Amino acid sequence: MTSEFIVLIVLTIIAIASAVGLLTSRNAIYAALFLIMNFGAVAVMYLLLNAPFLAIVQISVYAGAIMVLFLFVIMLLGAEREVDVERRKSMRWQRPLAIGLGVLLLIQAGYVVFGQLGATAAIAPAVAAGPLEIGRQLFGPYLLPFEIMAVLLLVAMIGAVVLTSDK
Amino acid sequence: MDTISPYILLSAVLFAMGAIGVLTRRNAILIFMCIELMLNSANLAFVAFAKQWGHLDGQMFVFFVMAVAAAEVAVGLALIVTIFKTRNSTNVDELGQLKG
Repeated sequence: MTSEFIVLIVLTIIAIASAVGLLTSRNAIYAALFLIMNFGAVAVMYLLLNAPFLAIVQISVYAGAIMVLFLFVIMLLGAEREVDVERRKSMRWQRPLAIGLGVLLLIQAGYVVFGQLGATAAIAPAVAAGPLEIGRQLFGPYLLPFEIMAVLLLVAMIGAVVLTSDK
Repeated sequence: MDTISPYILLSAVLFAMGAIGVLTRRNAILIFMCIELMLNSANLAFVAFAKQWGHLDGQMFVFFVMAVAAAEVAVGLALIVTIFKTRNSTNVDELGQLKG
């Protein structure tokens, strides 16, 4: 029972508990805060998985920019005052069916991953994964996706401005 | 720990929970947040496999998935705000008409 395993157990409990909180909370702001907690737990898992650069990018981009944007829009639209329980009487079977299908998806994923793929193979020796090595990959083999990503972000920015303009 | 199986199992569990959230929630913003949870679980699987095979390609994919997720959140939330201006509701049960 190494210390890494104990840390992983604690992080797994935090990640699953915050995901359950996201699924069941009535208030949209509480759901967003649960999701931030989930992103934080996954960021620490990235540290365990020898990805320090991605851990910091996860905190600063996912939890720090994307979730803040979500919270802005939730408060802009007043969605924290709405209660998410109104549903028509004719579709009451929807929630149990959704949970059943989700459990079925989980069983299928578990069967495929642990029965067919190599998720139980041995781990290769650790490689350096700091910003220098990520930068070498970005400006080396992954140069074209990097440039396309820049164009994509520009297009998204233009799209967001165009969609919300009044003309 | 000698395999990455716990990480892959957690990734599958989080993905299934995100799928359940997309199917059961009624607020458009909360559905969007459950989609982000699914993207995050896929990122975790990528990084776990990058550790297993010992090269950085999985982490590069995560980098690009995060950038795409950020762009998607920007455009998606702009759409939700625009729809809210005309319909005055974010409940997807009431957004059943295609007519603007």
